[in-house]
Amino acid sequence: MQVKDQVRDDVTIRFAGDSGDGMQLTGSLFTNTTALHGNDIRTLPEFPAEIRAPVGTVPGVSSFQLHFGSKEIMTPGDECDVLVVMNSAALKANLSLLRKGGIIIANTSGFDKKNLNLAKYGEGNNPLENGSLSDYIVIEVDVSKLTKESLSDSGLSHKDVERSKNMFVLGLLYWMYNRPLDSTISFLNHKFAKKPEIAEGNIKVLKDGYHYGETTEVFAETYTVKKAHIGPGEYRSITGNEATVLGLVAAARQGNLPLFFGSYPITPASDILHELSALKNYGVTTFQAEDEIAAVSSAIGAAFGGSLGVTSSSGPGVALKAEAVGLAVMLELPLVILNIQRAGPSTGMPTKTEQSDLLQAMYGRNGESPVVIIAPATPGDCFDAAFEASRIAIEHMVPVYFLSDGYLANGSEPWRFPQQKDLKKVNVRFEPGKNGDGSPFLPYVRDERLVRSWAIPGTPGIEHRVGGLEKEVDTGNVSYEPDNHQMMTNLRKDRVDKIADFIPLQKIDSGKEQGDILVVGWGSTYGSIRTAVRELISEGFDVSHAHIKYLNPFPKNLGEILNNFSTIIVPEMNSGQLVKLLRDTFFVPAKGVNKVKGRPFFVDELKQEIKSILSSNE
Amino acid sequence: MSIETIIDLHLNNGVPSEMNYTGKDFSSDQDVRWCPGCGDYTILKQVQTAMPDIGVKKEDIVFISGIGCAARFPYYMNTFGMHSIHGRAAAIATGLKISRPELSVWVISGDGDSLSIGGNHFLHLLRRNVNVNYLLFNNQVYGLTKGQYSPTAPTGSVSKSTPYGSIDHAVNPLSFALGADGSFVARAMDRDPKHLNQMILRANSHRGTSMLEIYQNCIVFNDGAFELFTDKKSRPAEAIYLEQGEPLIFGDKNDKGIRLDGLTPKVVSLGNSEFSKDDLWIHDEKDKTKSYMLSRFFDQPEPGDENRMPRPFGVLYAEERPCYDEEVNRQISGVVERKGVGNLDELLRGRETWIVE
Repeated sequence: MQVKDQVRDDVTIRFAGDSGDGMQLTGSLFTNTTALHGNDIRTLPEFPAEIRAPVGTVPGVSSFQLHFGSKEIMTPGDECDVLVVMNSAALKANLSLLRKGGIIIANTSGFDKKNLNLAKYGEGNNPLENGSLSDYIVIEVDVSKLTKESLSDSGLSHKDVERSKNMFVLGLLYWMYNRPLDSTISFLNHKFAKKPEIAEGNIKVLKDGYHYGETTEVFAETYTVKKAHIGPGEYRSITGNEATVLGLVAAARQGNLPLFFGSYPITPASDILHELSALKNYGVTTFQAEDEIAAVSSAIGAAFGGSLGVTSSSGPGVALKAEAVGLAVMLELPLVILNIQRAGPSTGMPTKTEQSDLLQAMYGRNGESPVVIIAPATPGDCFDAAFEASRIAIEHMVPVYFLSDGYLANGSEPWRFPQQKDLKKVNVRFEPGKNGDGSPFLPYVRDERLVRSWAIPGTPGIEHRVGGLEKEVDTGNVSYEPDNHQMMTNLRKDRVDKIADFIPLQKIDSGKEQGDILVVGWGSTYGSIRTAVRELISEGFDVSHAHIKYLNPFPKNLGEILNNFSTIIVPEMNSGQLVKLLRDTFFVPAKGVNKVKGRPFFVDELKQEIKSILSSNE
Repeated sequence: MSIETIIDLHLNNGVPSEMNYTGKDFSSDQDVRWCPGCGDYTILKQVQTAMPDIGVKKEDIVFISGIGCAARFPYYMNTFGMHSIHGRAAAIATGLKISRPELSVWVISGDGDSLSIGGNHFLHLLRRNVNVNYLLFNNQVYGLTKGQYSPTAPTGSVSKSTPYGSIDHAVNPLSFALGADGSFVARAMDRDPKHLNQMILRANSHRGTSMLEIYQNCIVFNDGAFELFTDKKSRPAEAIYLEQGEPLIFGDKNDKGIRLDGLTPKVVSLGNSEFSKDDLWIHDEKDKTKSYMLSRFFDQPEPGDENRMPRPFGVLYAEERPCYDEEVNRQISGVVERKGVGNLDELLRGRETWIVE
């Protein structure tokens, strides 16, 4: 049989298996190879909250979806073209995400009686045999058996052999998509440097998987996805959490400040703690605190001492930090609070994504305690957003919330990384020492931006006290005066609003500057909205897209932009939060498009929603 | 760049620091607002008196408090200070001390602040052994909220929130501190300023978390809670002052001692010929087991009972072990030494890159 090579603009592959099958690693390695090949790419890892849910069951399925192409790729793909399933539970959990006519690569040994039972397929009801998959192209490969044979002379234990089977699948997919093996081989050699026999075993299985594709006749086609036409420059692959770490470190460096990071482990934020704790030679001190409150409190203590104080968490942990953030508002100290949002109230769905903490960041504290809010739009944009959050916190002596989410945190994209020389300088204004000339030091005297100076211990002559009690304007002394409280309340709001003078103006991302419909988004919905809007524009619709990074204060020109459109549509992975702020601030009749399923928007569903609003307008 | 360098570069401007302090130099311009007769006044006075003796520049001293009557303390000290939020002073102090280990950091807290709302942070501060001085003002009542029983209040305490008496078993702060592996555990009282002053200086000279519990009288809501120990008449029989290497002696005429009968402490009379000083328990503040036994001189029979033990004051336990803040910074220096100061451009590039033409 002649194998034909087809050219594709974009492809979506979904690897699915038991959480012990190494699907996340397989997906990441395919991502790296594909990025190195020059494709544009977005990924969506999905895993169960349990580290080892019962083997073979549907709740134990772990998946990794990646979407790559020769055109601009902004989402991990709605439906996948290829679904790799290591067992029957993986098929059951993911079949609905495969397009009709798509390819299923099934590990047949994961469809034995035991696995079928665990996946609750029922006696004698093997989907590979009962005709239920007739809408798809099914390719059956006994991955377990072939891996075992591949390593029969290796002397590796049964467990190590079993763990290598993901490499067989990866090799097979590399053959299918004409990808080189070298990046993965070098990764394996590096990872198992101390266990060369494991590295060798994995590499052999990888190659055997590749050769299996080449020599057998189970595949009728291979696919070529040409290099993408993305902006020239040097790229690397990056996840949102990695980019967040780099943004913090870069900002501290640009301000010549030590970075103090107080954190408590929580999904999906913990990787930030892991990464930062390895960067001790970058002026980073990490502190794994006893709880969320201690994490933020320690960061406040460090900020009082002259460090950039940063704390990280996800929704429930951020709720615990609220009182301390209020203290930082009162003290006027630089503090960055990273909220890697996850789904639902209380514990919710820790491994699923959502953007439902915007109003928590905006209002979730006692009293009136305004803070700055910034949200990244893509994994790579986490760098800029974390840098900006830190810059604003330092230059304006104010707490800043950074609202990423699980999708950005774990998702990856090619990133044209900056060089230090291209980065902004972060201006630090420490209060200088003072001779004892008798005049008292006034810690809350402000400059024209309404910002006080950073008066840190160790500086002679400026000893002073700060606290959470209401303070007198200028002196910072405790005050219960009615007029003073009014003045301070206004001041706290004004000084945050004033930051609008120091952030970029809002831009239109796609479409015209004025017209019929403006789709306004924030955070991780960027890719889906951009793709949907661009497709609608090419279909002839009058629609534009603006994506807001600076959520409090809003850019100065945002109201003007909104007024240039007759309909404002606000898609959010919540029940309508930004839409409330926009209506409240600008009195515009904005309409929400909302999805709260723990998954990003599909491009197609967004398009349908926008079209239906359009047609109801007519 | 280290924080010290930053200070040198940006701040000091060559301003010399005057070190010939008196206690007055540590008094801020704020009016002290505790109730007249509050035990806090004595403690404030003794801390201010002790400050010139610790040999630290004023600008290098930071007082951090949580919430409660005691927590107003930093406002009255002419040093750097932060009056923070309820229970969190220990965590704030930890962040400050890790990032600025050269500072002298003092935590001012109360029984509610440390042992109710801030219990978790207090535990972890002690076990990490962060090098700060921790003054725990214990008055067995919530004063600032006007008179509810606190976690150190004895069972049966009648207060605003316990009109029929409290049900809770009281926490023993010193046993708690020892249980958390605190490296310095001591007790003093407001009514013995001289001893209090000594204890403040001892706490300061100890490397590690120096936990000093101070019995403090709340004149409005819990007057006389510690009278038995503080009143000059009952004190000799009810309190015992610990001295390193000295036998445990107390009583009106120093006529009683404590002797260890196996693992059981017993009060013995020194008046007759049966026991002499040589038979007594010799205080060893490095002996953790015995320190713990001393901390248990707490819940016991009523006064007058022959098995009643006097309440110990002084240093129950003091043993140096590595301090968290020093170790964190040692580890960082080690990594910098091994790897050199990180290059930002290398970090931004990562491991694998590719060029798009």
